[in-house]
Amino acid sequence: MSAQAIADDVRSGRRSARSVVESSLAAVAAGDGDVHAFLLVTADDALAAADRVDERVAAGEDPGPLAGVPVALKDNLCTKGVPTTCGSRILDGWRPPYDATVVDRLRAAGAVVVGKTNLDEFAMGSSTENSAFGPTRNPRDTSRVPGGSSGGSAAAVAAGFVPLALGSDTGGSIRQPAAFCGVVGMKPTYGTVSRYGLVAFASSLDQIGPFATSVADAALLLAAIAGHDPCDSTSLDRPAPPGLVDADAGLSGLRVGVCAELVDGVAPDVAKRVRQAADALAAAGATVVDLAVPELRYGLSAYYLLAPAEASSNLARYDGVRFGLRVPAADVTAMNTATRTAGFGAEVKRRIMLGTYALSAGYYDAYYGQAQRVRTLVIRAFDRAYQQVDVLLGATAPSTAFPLGDRVDDPMAMYLSDVCTIPSNLAGHPAISVPFGTGDDGLPVGVQILAPALAEPTLFKVAAAIEAAAPTAGVGLGPHASEEPAVEEGRSGAPGGVAGTEAAR
Amino acid sequence: MSEWEMVIGLEVHCELKTDTKLFCGCRNVFGEEPNTNVCPVCLGLPGSLPVLNEQAVELAMRIGTALGCDIRPSSFHRKNYFYPDMPKDYQVSQYDEPINVGGTLQLPGGTLVGVTRAHLEEDTGKTTHVGAGGRIHSADHSLVDYNRSGVPLVEIVSEPDMRSAAEARAYAAELRAVLVATGASDGRMEEGSMRVDANVSVRRPGEAFGKRCEIKNLNSLRSVARAIEYEAARQVALIEAGQAVVQETRHWDEDAGQTRTMRSKEEAYDYRYFPEPDLVPVVPDDQWRARVAGSIGLLPAARRSRLVDLLGGEPTAAQGEQVLSAVDQGLDDLVVAAVDAGAPAALALARAANEVAADVAAGRTLDPAAFAALLAMEAGGKLSATQAKDVLADLLAAGGGDPAAIARDKGFEAMSDDSLADVVRQVVDANPDEWARFRDGEVKLGGFFTGKVMKATAGQANGKAVAAELDRLRS
Repeated sequence: MSAQAIADDVRSGRRSARSVVESSLAAVAAGDGDVHAFLLVTADDALAAADRVDERVAAGEDPGPLAGVPVALKDNLCTKGVPTTCGSRILDGWRPPYDATVVDRLRAAGAVVVGKTNLDEFAMGSSTENSAFGPTRNPRDTSRVPGGSSGGSAAAVAAGFVPLALGSDTGGSIRQPAAFCGVVGMKPTYGTVSRYGLVAFASSLDQIGPFATSVADAALLLAAIAGHDPCDSTSLDRPAPPGLVDADAGLSGLRVGVCAELVDGVAPDVAKRVRQAADALAAAGATVVDLAVPELRYGLSAYYLLAPAEASSNLARYDGVRFGLRVPAADVTAMNTATRTAGFGAEVKRRIMLGTYALSAGYYDAYYGQAQRVRTLVIRAFDRAYQQVDVLLGATAPSTAFPLGDRVDDPMAMYLSDVCTIPSNLAGHPAISVPFGTGDDGLPVGVQILAPALAEPTLFKVAAAIEAAAPTAGVGLGPHASEEPAVEEGRSGAPGGVAGTEAAR
Repeated sequence: MSEWEMVIGLEVHCELKTDTKLFCGCRNVFGEEPNTNVCPVCLGLPGSLPVLNEQAVELAMRIGTALGCDIRPSSFHRKNYFYPDMPKDYQVSQYDEPINVGGTLQLPGGTLVGVTRAHLEEDTGKTTHVGAGGRIHSADHSLVDYNRSGVPLVEIVSEPDMRSAAEARAYAAELRAVLVATGASDGRMEEGSMRVDANVSVRRPGEAFGKRCEIKNLNSLRSVARAIEYEAARQVALIEAGQAVVQETRHWDEDAGQTRTMRSKEEAYDYRYFPEPDLVPVVPDDQWRARVAGSIGLLPAARRSRLVDLLGGEPTAAQGEQVLSAVDQGLDDLVVAAVDAGAPAALALARAANEVAADVAAGRTLDPAAFAALLAMEAGGKLSATQAKDVLADLLAAGGGDPAAIARDKGFEAMSDDSLADVVRQVVDANPDEWARFRDGEVKLGGFFTGKVMKATAGQANGKAVAAELDRLRS
């Protein structure tokens, strides 16, 4: 059942929020033993919150656009009085004294938080295997990873535990697990959603965004959490994007660029789905062209200097002095070292080392400085591309979900999972992953749509069109046989289409 | 030492007098119970984010304006190092784009000291080492108070333009006066709201700069001067003994009167500065600059020259001291207003710097018209100096009043010329030897006779009138 339908039912009194939340909790209880999407289920708080929603409905009030909708939170979002672990031992015992802005806004919209979901430690990873509390499994095939770092949130939605979840996306951590799990996952324009209360990984790249089973629900959730927040200096001073998707307007006049860098290097079965999605857009009236944006190839390298650099600083505060884990030692420096040695996992340590090195005297310009220049080049390249097209299309991830344990010993292979998603983070642009059929292995494939800053309405419109044309309305639990797409026309945006676009410039 | 020249530059940290901290809504106050004035932001809790305090920017701009700096678009960096009293284990500070660049500060003695920059940054918490000697190495444990964490600071960095400990002290004093005058800081060194680090080196005049040492923990103007004197002498002794000065950070031990090694250059931190991604650049527009410039009152140097102008002509050494003191104590407005109301400038300045200064708070609110009227009576011979001081005490106590009425109530009548002449004659007759010597030219005995007359009249005689009468009798 969609979040929209649940909220409609609860607001109109057709169904109680309590019954909605009870069935969500029951689904978690029944299914999460296999999946391990949740680190913590806050059942009592959730039922109490549901009752408050019901009381408001009974009193004739409107509890808000997400009335009674169960929502799962990635466990790097601060919740007042409720443990927030970031998937790390180092925050052992810490209960934040405050709620993240998005949590406040969810509650104000009538949503009910049911728990905190698993993640790669401090959001560093692409498989949710880096959690200190054990991996999450992909509900489509529990021998596979759910992707990461927001694997718990993606899995919770894919398993039908909750209709909505929040994740954070620093280099693809919403979109890649959404693709792996066969759900919709979206990263908004940087500054659209307040980061206040999101435990920072790489501040200039982090952005909170929605997971949902449909594009419409993702837009609904984004509208509820977006909008200016005076507590976040990088929050944009503008209203939230509209929560309704303009799906009926048609795609006539819309220019879509199939981005070579987001298609050419990916697995053939994934690339095939991207081509089919492009064909579907063409069939719906869009002009589709092939477009090369070569600078995007350097995004991954720049990202793996910038994000660790910021992380090395953001994670310095976990020193055992004020909160979380403390491993006693002879003096304060030894205590810092012992605490961080025991509290952080291998990937976090690796990135702290990388970032510390990239910022060190004598290396700063060659690494951090150079990466910033590449970031500027990526932004300019996008700007040029968006003079030719309104959105870019590509794969979300280079492959479908890989088996658990497959890449844990090969950091480079793991890092390459993010190659298609990272450029949008570097540019601060919005991007969304929409399920579009399956790969040869029967696992979900995500198609990614990228748009320029603040073009969320366009992004959702195109996403809805792809969703409508997808080979299956939503991939069910367990491995599926590949199905043929609903639209199978020839591509109107073949090279011939490019000429028209070029002439228009 | 005479063949050696000191080269001194100061780094002054001053806490800004804002209502709230630099990046959060916690109040900016001193002396609360430890760790009661904190929040997720200034405790650096995970997920918290800074929001820049506009008032802090404005006060920093006032400092820059007062020092004649170029006020520029600026940004923040993170300065990364681990320390328990720094909650995030990085300090948010301005680095390559400070808000104020390139000013000067003229010292009362005339020396012009260049100001490299004056930038915004956050203060740290405060660590107290508990047990044994109260020093870090002998402590049993340490306590950290984060109330100060996130208090806004401006760090003012001078050029190495000072050449003596006295000059460095004068710079610190003058800078403090400017900070107080702009309303940016209360300048209280004893509460740590102004803290001075000194970079000291020595050279033979004309030579290139020597290796410098940075001296920390200078908590008073006196320790600024003492520490620099000590450090320069230490460096000279080293060089003269054929040893080299090692560039390092040194700690001033006030009790021992010595500087000691804190950390050497090799142990210096690599701060790994990089742009603070949680904040956006500050770009003051012309309107804001103009508003700030308009909000600054007269600065100490202008206040001093205003008094010197009133005196008309080169001030005596004593008057120079009086000018410094009157401005330092905030009594110059009183002097100017009194002169406007007809008081003689030199007398107004002297009384303000010497007598009114005994009760500065009352002096700052004293009615200048009443002060002027009193000074006019004294200058006109209607009151003796002693009587005038007595009346002034009453004026200060009451904040004003009618000096003529007060004098009448106290029975202060200026002595008539006849009765004064009588007293003088009696004194002369009673001291024939002294009178003979005075008449023969021993001028300094004038004071002797004046003193006797004053004693005989219980201070009611006018000193000038006494001198005139003595002159008349002598001739």
